[in-house]
Amino acid sequence: MNKTFSGILAAGALLAVVPWLGLPAFYESFLYLIAHWVILAMSWNILSGYSGYFSFGHGVFYGVGMYATAGLAGKLDWPFLATLPMAVLIPAVLGVLLGAVVFRVKAVRGELFALLTLAVTFVVATIIINTRIDGGPGVYLMSVAVPKFGPSASSSLYLMALTGAVLTALIAYKVQQSKLGVGLSAIHDDEDVAEVMGVPTYGYKLLALALSSGLAGLAGGIHALFVQYVTVGETFNITVPLTVVLMSCLGGSRHWAGPAVGAVLITSMLYFFTAGNNPVLGKALVGVVLIVVILFMPNGVMGYFMKRRAQAAARRSREIEQSLGSVVHAGLTPEAAKAPAAQVPAAEPSGQTLLEARGLSKAFKGVQALSEVDLQVYKGEILGLLGPNGSGKSTFINVVSGHYAATGGTYAFEGRELVGKAAHEVAQSGIARTYQIPRPFMNMTVLENVILSAMFGGAAMSRPRATEEAKRCLEFTGLAHKADSLPDDLNLHQRKFLELARALAARPRLVLLDEVLSGMTPSEIDEAIVLIRRIRDQGATIVFVEHVMRAVMALCDRVAVLNHGKLIAVGPAKQVMSDPQVVSAYLGKPHA
Amino acid sequence: MTLPSLNLLLQSILSGVFIGALYGLIGLGLGLTWGLLRQINLSHFGLVFLAAYLSYQMATVGQIDPLLALLVLPPLFFLFGALMQWVLSKFSITPFNSLLATFGLTVVLESIIQGIWTADFRRLESGYNDLKFKVFGLFVPVPELITFCLAVGIAVAIWAAMRYTDLGKALRAMAEDGPIAAAFGINQKGLSLILAGVCAALAAIAGVCLALTFTLAPSQIFAWVGVVFAAVMLGGLGSPLGPLVAGIIIGVSEAITMAVASPSWAPIVSFSLLIIMLLLRPGKG
Repeated sequence: MNKTFSGILAAGALLAVVPWLGLPAFYESFLYLIAHWVILAMSWNILSGYSGYFSFGHGVFYGVGMYATAGLAGKLDWPFLATLPMAVLIPAVLGVLLGAVVFRVKAVRGELFALLTLAVTFVVATIIINTRIDGGPGVYLMSVAVPKFGPSASSSLYLMALTGAVLTALIAYKVQQSKLGVGLSAIHDDEDVAEVMGVPTYGYKLLALALSSGLAGLAGGIHALFVQYVTVGETFNITVPLTVVLMSCLGGSRHWAGPAVGAVLITSMLYFFTAGNNPVLGKALVGVVLIVVILFMPNGVMGYFMKRRAQAAARRSREIEQSLGSVVHAGLTPEAAKAPAAQVPAAEPSGQTLLEARGLSKAFKGVQALSEVDLQVYKGEILGLLGPNGSGKSTFINVVSGHYAATGGTYAFEGRELVGKAAHEVAQSGIARTYQIPRPFMNMTVLENVILSAMFGGAAMSRPRATEEAKRCLEFTGLAHKADSLPDDLNLHQRKFLELARALAARPRLVLLDEVLSGMTPSEIDEAIVLIRRIRDQGATIVFVEHVMRAVMALCDRVAVLNHGKLIAVGPAKQVMSDPQVVSAYLGKPHA
Repeated sequence: MTLPSLNLLLQSILSGVFIGALYGLIGLGLGLTWGLLRQINLSHFGLVFLAAYLSYQMATVGQIDPLLALLVLPPLFFLFGALMQWVLSKFSITPFNSLLATFGLTVVLESIIQGIWTADFRRLESGYNDLKFKVFGLFVPVPELITFCLAVGIAVAIWAAMRYTDLGKALRAMAEDGPIAAAFGINQKGLSLILAGVCAALAAIAGVCLALTFTLAPSQIFAWVGVVFAAVMLGGLGSPLGPLVAGIIIGVSEAITMAVASPSWAPIVSFSLLIIMLLLRPGKG
């Protein structure tokens, strides 16, 4: 068990002593409210903070949990504790059903997701108020016995909420540390890239939503007993979702503990101001605090500290860069030169088919971007993919990596059919790609970017092994001194090398390089050529989309030329480039 | 479930049109800042209620005709809106954080309203209250009719301004691609101030209409959020006519549900409609 884990448990144990200290009763209700909001805010954060899918529907899950307990205990006379599993389970199932529909629609992100979940709140509320679950007058729980955990009923409620809060904190922390958490934070930054790098985005979002809604239901179930009288109007309004959003943003939604910090701050503020002589003034002050915090600390309290740490790391890397002078170039540092190099002796094209496309096609609403392409990629070769702009090169990469679904034809990798597979399955089967315009995860450090790829890609490494592998890859691409910086701190050529490092860390058997050299200076291109050759020497096969002919001629064993989505020539570079069809594709037809 | 008489049904539909026009009027300013400035301005609701309370105050204490408030309040609110935008523009703020910051402002406004006018319900009493006339057997209440005419008139005026004036064209260019528009000489900052001011003035007008037709309480501010958001999303962000049309569709569908089933089922129609729209045509509105 690590330090944070035992820290959470110790804090919980310490707070559990409060009922026996003989403090005035209001302390218990105050601490109860804090624990209550900690559960709600932290559970909201598991989906919304980690993955960036801001939900305004947390009130639904909370409310359904509340009504599960109210209905079962208040109307059907179940013992209270027996209702809690249902208060967790029913909202979790509801969450999965909702997610199964909503997460299939790719465009429902950001504000649209927030709004949709808010609308679901009102629909569920309307159903509950019009059916026997409530029926209108509300549900009373006066006669429900409070289980005895502490010296009084209010202390028992407090202890239950505290247990819930500790449980939620443990889960929130565990999730963020786990593979799930890494994947969710990649989804936050760039969902498409996350999927292409092997993160099962759909499944992860569902799982996070299930955890999040189940825990919200737990808070609701306990709260039903606390308030003793449950009504639709008080339960399904905009207060719960807005409050949890505020708490998380105030505390910092990217850190597992952020929402707890926000919950403590806001609950205390509300409690002390509203308990004081001037509740209206207190409320106004809460509003003012919120405005000030959002404007001056847009990433919340924890975000503020995380940023300061990242800035310190960036400063350190700049110092290293200066001390090394300007000679730090990728691939040319002594460490990099002897780094992983040939574990597999320089591979020669084997003639064995690795990737085979048969009649592969992709149409965008009538525009035939890729038209019945038959292409074989041999194991161990570097295949250059050429063609004028708009000829379908990038589309080929996007289809093979699973980002676009093919509209016709099939393709097989190592004999396995991949057509119709989700992008993360393609990645896991051993194919990696880079982006022409680098798309690093902007809120992860350079090292974390590479670790993610090693964890989720074909190699599927454990975190410690992935970290080692990532460091090796950064060494290899000459980015080791930037490991702790954020991608913002990299220049274009470093970002391109980061793309390469990410592709490498997945230990792919096939790498799709999409114009890695564009925008580089001639000397940077030389470095990149050395690097790409070394990637092949490690045993990877490379499909190399490029316009820089010098590099194509230096690297490629064979080239394939696309024009208007059709494959017009394949073969050794020299031979293909003198093919009259290829010449006319580039230079146009001679007019007689 | 019993089918109501035709006359009752028509009367319901008419009242649905009227309430829908108010949804649209409130949603108009909200949708414009959302679509064109990329700010989700929750304080729009706070401003609507502030204007409603101010016109209530002018009518009850100053004996001023609520329609005169339409001349006084919008210019004042214009200044306030522009000032708020000026402050916000000092910070680079994401759409989501704008939602949070303006929520904070709404809470402040709610507290101010509660501090001045208490949490009790208030009703603007004016000569218009009970004024109504009968057309084809249907009662047409005058305050609602005023709201409707204002909502339609303003929506059309803004649509025309966006389409035909240079200012409107500049606004649309800015919304589509700010930096490029700026490169072509569009003064983004000035335009944003004007737009934010106009939206606040629209909140003032909507507030006067709200006071004319509804009983006021500070706690009611958030009761309007859900349905007006639905109207704005259905109508399309940044569209001048969309929220009005969507608002009326929602209002009428609610009214029919109320007449055919029961009032408590009303919200399910608009929100189901919104969910379906989001799932089938996400991002298109």
